[in-house]
Amino acid sequence: MSTISLAPLTPDQPLDLPSRGRVGMLSLIIGESAIFTIFVVAYVFYIGKSLYGPTPAQVLEVPIFNTVCLLSSSFFIWLAEGSIEKNRMRRFLLWWSTTICLGIVFLVGTAREWLKLIYHDGLTIRTNLFGTTFYSLVGLHATHVVVGLLMLLLVLVFTLTGHVKESHTERIQVLALYWHFVDAVWVVVFTVVYIIGR
Amino acid sequence: MRPSSPINIFAPASTPASEIYHLALFVFVITGAMFVVVAGLLCFAVFRFRARKVYEACEPPQIYGSNQIELAWTVIPVLTVVVLFLATARVIFAIQDAPKPPAALDVTVIGHQFWWEYRYPSLGIITANELHVPLSHPNRPTSTYLKLTSADVDHSFWVPQLAGKTDLIPNRVNEMWIDPQRPGLYLGQCAQFCGIEHAKMLLRVYVDTPEQFEAWVKDQHRPGNQDPSVAAGRRVFETQACMNCHTVIGTAATGRFGPDLTHFMSRSTLAAGAAVNNAPNIREWLKSPDHFKQGSLMPAMQLSDQQLDELVAYLSTLH
Amino acid sequence: MADQVLTIPDSLNVSSRQITDETFLERLHDWVVTVDHKKLGILYVLYSVFFLFVAGAEALCIRIQLLRAHNHFLSAAVFNRFFTMHGTTMVFLVGMPILFGFANYLIPLMIGARDMAFPRLNAFSFWLTAFGGLLLYFSFIGGFGLYGVGSAPDVGWFAYAPLTARAFSPGHSTDYWALALIVSGFGTLGTAINIIATVLSMRCRGMTLWRMPLFAWLMFVVSGLTLITITPLTAAQIMLLIDRYLGGHFFDTQAGGSAVVWMHFFWIFGHPEVYVLVMPAFAIANEIIPVFSRKAIFGYPAMVAASAAIAFVSLGVWAHHMFTVGMTSVSNAFFTLSTMLVGVPTGIKIFNWLATMWGGRIRFATPMLFCTGFLFQFLLAGLTGIMLSVSPLDWQLHNSYFVIAHFHYVLVGAIVFNIFAAIYYWYPKATGRMLGETLGKWHFWLFLIGFHITFDTMHFLGFMGMPRSIYTFEPDRGWDRLNMIVSIGGFIQGIAVLIFAVNLVWSYYRGQPAGDDPWDAWTLEWTTSSPPPEYNFATEPVVRSRRPLWDLKHPEDPDWRYEQ
Repeated sequence: MSTISLAPLTPDQPLDLPSRGRVGMLSLIIGESAIFTIFVVAYVFYIGKSLYGPTPAQVLEVPIFNTVCLLSSSFFIWLAEGSIEKNRMRRFLLWWSTTICLGIVFLVGTAREWLKLIYHDGLTIRTNLFGTTFYSLVGLHATHVVVGLLMLLLVLVFTLTGHVKESHTERIQVLALYWHFVDAVWVVVFTVVYIIGR
Repeated sequence: MRPSSPINIFAPASTPASEIYHLALFVFVITGAMFVVVAGLLCFAVFRFRARKVYEACEPPQIYGSNQIELAWTVIPVLTVVVLFLATARVIFAIQDAPKPPAALDVTVIGHQFWWEYRYPSLGIITANELHVPLSHPNRPTSTYLKLTSADVDHSFWVPQLAGKTDLIPNRVNEMWIDPQRPGLYLGQCAQFCGIEHAKMLLRVYVDTPEQFEAWVKDQHRPGNQDPSVAAGRRVFETQACMNCHTVIGTAATGRFGPDLTHFMSRSTLAAGAAVNNAPNIREWLKSPDHFKQGSLMPAMQLSDQQLDELVAYLSTLH
Repeated sequence: MADQVLTIPDSLNVSSRQITDETFLERLHDWVVTVDHKKLGILYVLYSVFFLFVAGAEALCIRIQLLRAHNHFLSAAVFNRFFTMHGTTMVFLVGMPILFGFANYLIPLMIGARDMAFPRLNAFSFWLTAFGGLLLYFSFIGGFGLYGVGSAPDVGWFAYAPLTARAFSPGHSTDYWALALIVSGFGTLGTAINIIATVLSMRCRGMTLWRMPLFAWLMFVVSGLTLITITPLTAAQIMLLIDRYLGGHFFDTQAGGSAVVWMHFFWIFGHPEVYVLVMPAFAIANEIIPVFSRKAIFGYPAMVAASAAIAFVSLGVWAHHMFTVGMTSVSNAFFTLSTMLVGVPTGIKIFNWLATMWGGRIRFATPMLFCTGFLFQFLLAGLTGIMLSVSPLDWQLHNSYFVIAHFHYVLVGAIVFNIFAAIYYWYPKATGRMLGETLGKWHFWLFLIGFHITFDTMHFLGFMGMPRSIYTFEPDRGWDRLNMIVSIGGFIQGIAVLIFAVNLVWSYYRGQPAGDDPWDAWTLEWTTSSPPPEYNFATEPVVRSRRPLWDLKHPEDPDWRYEQ
């Protein structure tokens, strides 16, 4: 037997439930934040504890330009979210591509910094505690940037083929949430590595 | 020497162990009372409120909660926690932050896979596996303060009748103290998994009367035996790579990887308690360490029978 | 207000086996590609029960080796692999999957949804977890371990550094441990995200969070806790692999790294992890005890609050696993206090269950027998936990058999008992057949007796100074007799679990048909057929209280008149 009581709706019953995409992405962000926290704690704990080898003050240059690029990409993706909401797809394409370009510039900048550190300063992941914690933390962040860019590129391709529509606003916003998270993590990493740790 | 009593955390012979023992009794009384009350109520409920017939027609009264009862059974546990915590905090500080008496003996303990190194810096003694400490009289406390560290992985020093355990961690120095008040032999073993032969990293602590301790110290200060009748064995020792790992003061052997063997025969066991220290066992150990302690870091040296006999004869003179 | 009653046309009472012409391969394919939460839930449970037997066999081998001093059943190397694998398997391949499996199966049914929020993520998470487990067990035959007994992990389930460094663990045993758990950890993360999204976004009409079954509430809290519990372990394991393969120095004491940092990271995972394991057991008790006592749960809001409090406080107690590493007296005192405090909301739950039973008409069918065992055993486990929280006492008992007794009291006495209760309770829903009551009672009593013979005795071995992780012990310690008793109890438990396996299989073919609602229960899953149709509910249910079926069965005395 399957009978269910269908009570007539009373004012306290209709539920305004959050979208599952948003909840899912926020949960993922919480989990990822925990991973980053552990790497940040390790970095902070080991500041000044290297027994030998290059120190942050000796080799690190504050990546102002890179940071400006990455953080402004959050602004541009926010513009893109606004555009798709209003069904202005050409605008959306413009802001979305700008975001991707800025992300790529950030990655290229990081790569150049690492080339300098490895070949010019002799700092690798195995050199000392600083090297280990630096490359791990910044590398973990860069990996997340790469993953984010891949997702953004996918959306770009689908937009160019005309498959992305205004009805996908919600999903774009969920993806943008991830990108904002990546940028927020960079604020923390930047502060810990280039300001506090130097 | 036979152990003073079976290992037992409730037979303390030293102040830290004794403080813990008394605190434990207090904790057991409180938790025991809690158990009796709650388990008693549970038993009562199980019997009193069981259904007499399998599916009774009417349901019992539905009670959804009671603020007063729930408040009461929150407040009482919180108060219990406060009491327990205060009792505990007192003992933590009494043991960890006890002021160090001026007559304390300092010993450095270095953990290795799978043996114990003991150094007495003020006495200039280096030995292994069997720790000698002086008896402490309540009127004239002679505590032994141990500094603990490790040369390789984590270990833990646990002799239950003397104190709680403290870990030996590489690149870190931990401290603990004991003031044993009954002479005798106290047993323990490594209490932090440290690799394949963790189970055989045993502890023997000899609590000596002042006379015994003085005699032992004098013994350890005697120079290494230079008996010419075992010169052949000594040559084997010095040429077969033994000196790469072991030290015998008075010879060319200054290796630090394995135990110091200068007064090897002053110890009643070998390989950190894995076997009794006598000639047949020494021979077997040299021939095949895996026989007593498979996976120990002492290699089988592939010696001939003659070399083994000479070496055993030599080692047997190292009192 | 008049309630309408609608007959749902899905109730053709489809029997548990579809009368179709599906071939074996077609059915297998169906199970492999499924995204249906019910099938995935069953897959999780079957997977876990399989590894329960494997890890149980490992435990019995350990107990044979420890029957007496200087036994030679297992060599040191094999023994060390077995106890490492026993612990790792039980936590990651039995405990976590089976509890998330129950969540998967039950939550959509309990909240009136058609499936989980992300069905494909659900399937992906299961297969990740499954693959992680297979990778872990492949270690027995793969790789090139130094000692010729395979490369199964042998560093203890908490893999302390620097024992896990390349220098002290050459070969691949540590790598299997880290990689397998990273992979299955991602699976767990996916399921946790799924549960949170399902609970928040997929409830049926009328089901406010305050009307959700407590099982769903607790799994929601557990999933939130999991998000920030498993991830520290993943991070630490990545660091370990960086050390082992890229020359990193995170835990390299020779380069200034710290062994204690590994301990902190591991236990920041490890302690909340045990609450991730035990809270689903509470969730199960929250459903079974009221139904078999014939009373609503006593103090629903307090139960929710206590669960959230436990999750929150459990994040601040981790260093009670590190009382012996040489922390300051102030740190030791702090963690003593926080650990004692987490006992308060936990104790409150026991009182609430007791109050639920009080004044009830308790039916002792097999699920309730197991839950009653759970109550006594969890009480004792909590009290031995309080003993261990007293840090000076922990200085004696840490890493001894007293600790093993304590955590097995929780893991087996509370969690496994409730897992058995849950299987007896919901097996009829999933298969349409009841598990045999007689076999169930044999299972319960044998398991109870074996459990107590083993784990009550084990506490005393701890008092007598026996440390854990030792492949043998010396004859002059006086531990022989108690170890023999412990081992005998283990075998009795083994027999009980075999009876359970027989019951599971036999009842699938010959068990009494269950009908929709064999236990006269009150939550939404009991409104569907047994087993439920693939879509769960033909139309979305609407609820007005925490016990929709109670309202239906007792229209003169509905819950919504009394709930706060």
